[in-house]
Amino acid sequence: MSDDEVTLEFPDEVVTATHVRYVTLPGVAGPVALVTLDNGLDHTRPSTFGPAGLRGILTAVDEIEAHQPPVAAIAVTGKPFIFAVGADLAFRSSITDPAAVRPALEALGRLGHEAFVRLGSGRLGERRVPTFALVNGAVLGGGLELALHCDYRALSSGIPMLALPEVFLGLVPAWGGSQLLPNLVGPQRAIKIILDNPLSQNRMLKGPQAFELGLGDVLLEPADFLEEALTWVGRVLRGEIDPVAARTPVERSAAWAAAISAGHELADGRLHGAAPAPYRALDLIALAETATRADGFEAETQALADLSVSGELVAGLYAFDLVQKRARRPVGGPDPALARPVTKVGVVGAGLMASQLALVFAHRLEVPVVLTDLDATRLDAGVAAVHREIDNLLLRRRITADQAGRYKANVTGSLTKDAFADADLVIEAVFEDLSIKQKVFAELEAVVSPQAVLLTNTSALSVSEMATHLAHPERVAGLHFFNPVAVLPLVEVVRAERTDDATVATTLAVAKALKKNAVLVADQPAFVVNRLLTRFLGEVLAAAEQGTPLDEVDHALDPLGLPMSPLTLLALVGPPVALHVAETLHTAFPDRFREPSSLARLVEAGKGSIYTAGPDGTQTIDPEAAAALRAAVAAGRTSTSTANGNGSGGGSTVAPSAAEVREAALRALAEEIHLMLAEKVVAEAPDIDLCMILGAGWPFHLGGITPYLDRTGVSEAVTGERFTPPGVATLPV
Amino acid sequence: MFGSARGQVRDVVFVDGVRTPFGKAKGVYAETRADDLIVRVIRELLRRNPSLPAARVDEVAIAATTQIGDQGLTIGRTAAILAGLPESVPGYSVDRMCAGAVTAVTTTASSIAVGAYDVAIAGGVEHMGRHPMGEGADINPRFIAERLVDPSALIMGSTAENLHDRFPAITRARADAYALASQEKVAKAYANGQIQPDLVPMAARHADTGWDLVTTDEPPRPSTTLEGLAGLRTPFRPHGRVTAGNAAGINDGATGCVLAAAEVAAELGLPAKMRLVGYGFTGVGPDVMGIGPIPSTERALARTGLSIDDIGLFELNEAFAVQVLAFLDHFGIADEDPRVNPYGGAIALGHPLASSGVRLMTQLARHFVEHPEVRYGLTAMCVGLGMGATTIWENPHHPAVTSGGDAG
Repeated sequence: MSDDEVTLEFPDEVVTATHVRYVTLPGVAGPVALVTLDNGLDHTRPSTFGPAGLRGILTAVDEIEAHQPPVAAIAVTGKPFIFAVGADLAFRSSITDPAAVRPALEALGRLGHEAFVRLGSGRLGERRVPTFALVNGAVLGGGLELALHCDYRALSSGIPMLALPEVFLGLVPAWGGSQLLPNLVGPQRAIKIILDNPLSQNRMLKGPQAFELGLGDVLLEPADFLEEALTWVGRVLRGEIDPVAARTPVERSAAWAAAISAGHELADGRLHGAAPAPYRALDLIALAETATRADGFEAETQALADLSVSGELVAGLYAFDLVQKRARRPVGGPDPALARPVTKVGVVGAGLMASQLALVFAHRLEVPVVLTDLDATRLDAGVAAVHREIDNLLLRRRITADQAGRYKANVTGSLTKDAFADADLVIEAVFEDLSIKQKVFAELEAVVSPQAVLLTNTSALSVSEMATHLAHPERVAGLHFFNPVAVLPLVEVVRAERTDDATVATTLAVAKALKKNAVLVADQPAFVVNRLLTRFLGEVLAAAEQGTPLDEVDHALDPLGLPMSPLTLLALVGPPVALHVAETLHTAFPDRFREPSSLARLVEAGKGSIYTAGPDGTQTIDPEAAAALRAAVAAGRTSTSTANGNGSGGGSTVAPSAAEVREAALRALAEEIHLMLAEKVVAEAPDIDLCMILGAGWPFHLGGITPYLDRTGVSEAVTGERFTPPGVATLPV
Repeated sequence: MFGSARGQVRDVVFVDGVRTPFGKAKGVYAETRADDLIVRVIRELLRRNPSLPAARVDEVAIAATTQIGDQGLTIGRTAAILAGLPESVPGYSVDRMCAGAVTAVTTTASSIAVGAYDVAIAGGVEHMGRHPMGEGADINPRFIAERLVDPSALIMGSTAENLHDRFPAITRARADAYALASQEKVAKAYANGQIQPDLVPMAARHADTGWDLVTTDEPPRPSTTLEGLAGLRTPFRPHGRVTAGNAAGINDGATGCVLAAAEVAAELGLPAKMRLVGYGFTGVGPDVMGIGPIPSTERALARTGLSIDDIGLFELNEAFAVQVLAFLDHFGIADEDPRVNPYGGAIALGHPLASSGVRLMTQLARHFVEHPEVRYGLTAMCVGLGMGATTIWENPHHPAVTSGGDAG
């Protein structure tokens, strides 16, 4: 289909204008056309490209071509702090007619190539003038591709983010990036930027790092970047310097093939083929070695068109929207103005979790934090652990020496809870036992003011029950962190039966100050993430008990492209914690959560993981751990099915295949999520997805999980209905 | 006093000076910040003088008349930080209205002379488009109640009309002719490439039209004619003499210079374009503030032991033609004397208040190169609320200096 058969319409486009001024540089014959890309909004709304913006580039170059006297060069830059951040993602979502998506994206791909080639090639009628990208600030996706189309690039050392994040969302760089970048910096570095960084939590480069990788010909300070960049343009135009001569030549043939092969290993290691975009990107980079520009760009357009109608992309865009928008404004939260100030924090306990909590409160809230423990030795060790972590922050230059001094002075220990008298917030991180936690809260209430917020970091227990015997149960809520606390961005904020709005608002405000993304959850056993992971793990362990080989069991979910296999996750969480959660859930929902006997045996055997490092350092299955997990196999085979009658496939002596394990796990997830929504554990299915993305690192191409369950038909097969209608997080039907 | 001065004052030299092109208020810099203008100047000074380590700068003194908004918050310090100078380099702000940059130079130079500093950056900035004269002023009612100043004293154009009243020989025709000559001299200096070397190009953005690069002054009107000037209205007084054509405009711009102890400049391999001989500031009646340069010059001459006949080049700020003409009449200098403002003046180039003083010095330094036969030159300007400011400099290219003769 050719472009003129498709009219690209996007009424809601925030159009990035292409302004042109003509500037004179000393010793240069003719003016330089200075192009500014600017969407007319401030730096919090970066300039993006939609159809009208791209057409504006073409019009601007027409104007430059007609300018008298003829221009000597074209230089393109952006509005303050922003160069351009690529295609307007809302364009794809704005197309309501499913049949129109592919042709529209194909046409947008072509229009982008046309506009960027027109500007970057410097072809003005019969003439050809040099082109310069003066990259003054944030530059992502199509913005970077436009810069790559230019002959030369100046980078500001103040660029806060430079990236080609397309693969992160489920796309490929399709406006020239996949062809131009490997030919500029070599395939290895191109793969780092196009694949590795997007697949590593969408890592981005800063100006100096990008310059080191060869993306710029000159690196200039931000204070007077544009003036000095234009001075540099003048030197290039006068022939005083030749940036091309200074570039590192790109190695081809064998080196190119080796880089592509390494790229495949990288993609397989992360995704096991679960998402198409990284593989399409690798094909394009491979093609870039020898293809003509025209052929390469056409291949990009076809890849874009194919991926535009992939479920992975729709899920990726949905997930991106969740983390960009929903994560910042928790759904169902009370008026933020109800939040009370927190000027001092108490932490009950001095163990590993308590000291992690103390650290994050001291670092982010910058208020005094008191830890308490009944045991002086444990208390001293806990405070010392926090101080050590503060020193580590200093070593890693995350904080200054003065901040380290302040935080260490702020983190103290007390053997009695009297030290909490003037605390506005106290969080407990003691042993996961309801009666112990009830006792702790009762003791706290005797000391703190009636308004002080009391929080529990329980991973599974009922927050309402913890508050039952208190005079002021309305100030108790849950604030559930994920281990490691400093790394995982999610916190589940638990509103118990009697928790009041001020307490919820304060807890949400604290979560935000801690730089965490909060999801508001109801007080149901194990809340969201642990409940789903436990249900899922239960199916996997069941298969192991039924005799499926452990490595087969553990890799059964690989086709989903999860960040780690279930048994690796078990090792990370720690079998005792997993066991506690599993027991709680088994008690609450015995029909769906099997008695975690295999986990109990693993804990009893003192095994932290089913894996152990072999003599050569490679990971192998620990036979003792495996035996602990599988002890039931013999029992299962000798006894009747009634002895092991819960869960899917219970009693079967036929070991399920990997595909059956996967199906069972997915069906279990669909069933559980359906029930959780009915129980109103969270407001809506997107909150489940947000929790799984932020708390378990589940990937964008699954959209968290419900888009995947919808698009594969699992949700309808299990529950009779979808989580979201077609077209929201999945392709329209 | 200070050990580095070894019991006697040290010679202070003008190492280098630059400025942004000046703009018309609401013109090329309408959407450019004042602090960005002065930051650009400071960075250019360091770039043009690579043998000066930034850490050797002992002070950054920046003048601004309206010290609020982007000209507030001790702009000498904020500009130093924004320019990327080491955090060890301090800074302060200066205000003597139009003579702000002059005062920044004389105070830092004096500190160098006594041995407190080795090197200083002095300059000024005024964005009159963002900060109109008198913005935010809270004038003490006693000024009026006790008739401490004439009500006209706060309106600079009115003080210029008052000056015409005092010196009837200075007619509107003379003022217009002087103004035309200023425009013509600026056009000629531009054509000869005499002004451009000390301009630093400034990127200026307009939200509606994008980035532009400002490389030349915006205010000059090379097509000015006497007829055109004669037709302009007199906004300060009906049938008056002061017009937009024979006065400086409302402008935006920044200037800066590097000053150093002569011995330190030599040690660092920095040029010495001028040597400071002396300076003078004097107060006059605020309602005739334009005569200020006359007594300030007499004071500077008296204190340096020089006479007006020793001065071979004059850079006089042209706030108003009448005020320059009063100075020339007083010292018996002809209106068209070639020693006066050889490149033209503020009537054509513009007068961003606190920044102008260093423009005069930078141009005087150029004249010294072109006129090695001249030994001494001066800059002078009038100042609001009735003051004058004069600096006297020695030409290092003069034979008496290069041969190591008496430095006066």
